[in-house]
Amino acid sequence: MDVNTRQTRAAGAISPEIGPRRQPLNNKTADRFWGYFFIFPQFVGLLCFSLLPLVMAFALSLMNWDGFGKRSFAGLDNFISQFKDEEFRTAIVNTLYYTLLTVPTGILLAMLVAIGLNRVRGKVIYRLIYFMPNITMSVAVAVVFMWLFNADFGLINLYLKEWFGIKGPMWLTDTRFVMPSIAMLSIWMGLGGNMVLFLAGLQGISASYYEASQIDGASKWQQLRHITIPLISPTTFFVTIMSIIGSFQVFDQSFVMTSGGPAKASYTIVYHIYETAFVDFTFGKSTAAAVILFLIILSLTLVQMGISKRWVHYED
Amino acid sequence: MQLKGFRISTLALHLVLILGACVMALPFVWMVLSALKDLSQVFIVPPKWIPSPFVWSNFKDSLTALPFGRAYFNSFYINVIVVLSQLLTCSMAAYAFAKIRFPMREPLFLMFLATMMVPGQVTIIPLYLIMKNIGWLDSHLSIIVPSALLNAFGVFLLRQFFKGIPKEMEEAAIVDGANRWTIYLRIMLPLIKPALSALGIFTFLGMWNNFFNPLIFLNSPDKFTVPMMLNLYRGMYATDWTLMMAGASIALIPVLLVYIVGQRYIIEGVTLSGIKG
Repeated sequence: MDVNTRQTRAAGAISPEIGPRRQPLNNKTADRFWGYFFIFPQFVGLLCFSLLPLVMAFALSLMNWDGFGKRSFAGLDNFISQFKDEEFRTAIVNTLYYTLLTVPTGILLAMLVAIGLNRVRGKVIYRLIYFMPNITMSVAVAVVFMWLFNADFGLINLYLKEWFGIKGPMWLTDTRFVMPSIAMLSIWMGLGGNMVLFLAGLQGISASYYEASQIDGASKWQQLRHITIPLISPTTFFVTIMSIIGSFQVFDQSFVMTSGGPAKASYTIVYHIYETAFVDFTFGKSTAAAVILFLIILSLTLVQMGISKRWVHYED
Repeated sequence: MQLKGFRISTLALHLVLILGACVMALPFVWMVLSALKDLSQVFIVPPKWIPSPFVWSNFKDSLTALPFGRAYFNSFYINVIVVLSQLLTCSMAAYAFAKIRFPMREPLFLMFLATMMVPGQVTIIPLYLIMKNIGWLDSHLSIIVPSALLNAFGVFLLRQFFKGIPKEMEEAAIVDGANRWTIYLRIMLPLIKPALSALGIFTFLGMWNNFFNPLIFLNSPDKFTVPMMLNLYRGMYATDWTLMMAGASIALIPVLLVYIVGQRYIIEGVTLSGIKG
């Protein structure tokens, strides 16, 4: 795997015969300089805009500070007050609910579409259309869906009435329907991205598996169950992690469409971070919530990685 | 190869896929068509899809109702700078991580990977304070500089491509006496052009669509980017649906153009990004 190790060893092995000038690649001093030279700009970015803010976030979460007055050490007070805070708990529950609504359905749909598309004619056209929502601006899409979801003039309710005689719910203004509505929008937006990842995974499966199993008389279902699904599990693993992480960061849609309402029913963790920081200016509390979000995402990722070791099959 | 059921099952598959494609595409179609309607046509039941007459002035109105042109210019020039800088800095770091041996290479690369797990919302408040301290709040520098200098995903993506290049390509140049910079610029970069295109497009789309950072860092409407302006719009003309749809269409058009021109690269980029790590 490590090309450079092999290079060094090979170069070292022949060097006595050929002489030292033939391996500038092995020139450690020069490579040390060039290595740091090449990573320098991104490394500065990493330090200033990721590591420093991360350390600051942890520090801030332990302080009482409104951004202007004096700071005082608060210990874990911010965390304790967050867990006691009704709004924060609402945000956690809403975000978990949203995750539950979007992730399993989103992944299943994406996998099904990808499997359906994999060997079909006109794949390129389908892919073009399915992927389109994925790259569009969340704010613009939210504006369009605000209308589609509108209880009185929205397309969805108009057609529900027209075709099925059903009086549609007040999608964005009913506490029971607002999260499912936002989840539908998110699934619609995210489907194409996940689908492309699954298509890539499917492309990676060698046709010989299918040919061999066909000779053995395997049915389509058996092929799906015993070849396709196990062999795309690295993709499934990746998509799951990315989807969960993404769903914990949902903000734009509820900010634009519902302002977290009605009655905080679409108030998410990131919304809470935004509001406590930039509306209430309680930076300590806000970063505490952000650190909790970070820890949730981190532990989810680690749990996923642990579990995936048992069922992910790497083809090579 | 296939049995009798071939045609029927294929047809059924196409029907399902077409139905799905309609669900994916209709919101866009509705948006564009509604942008061309008179406001009175919006409230007709059952909904009329084709505008009659076509009202082109909605586009002009939505461009003049707020300084949308300004937001457009802001978004464009920010994007150009960020995309170009990222292509340079990400490919440099990626080349080093893939091809050059230097002390601490693996731990440093792991640090880059680890930052991909840090949600932007965690660092946004400290970043806000940093920007405030150096006087970059309400300045485009607060949007441009962090993005130009840090994209761990870009480093990761390009590193995968560099790793795929056989070492013979480099060795030949090294025998000829070329240094690392020349190799990087003349040999390696041209070999990963598709990956660069993919990263450029990803970055463009990400920046164009990004709402959260401008929302935190920018205050004055003349500094706003397109999504910010559209959101301001929504607040002011919430019931003027046709005008809103015109605004949304205008915001989406560059994205859709980039997508249609560059979709090959987007798909290739995702496909080749080496999910297996």
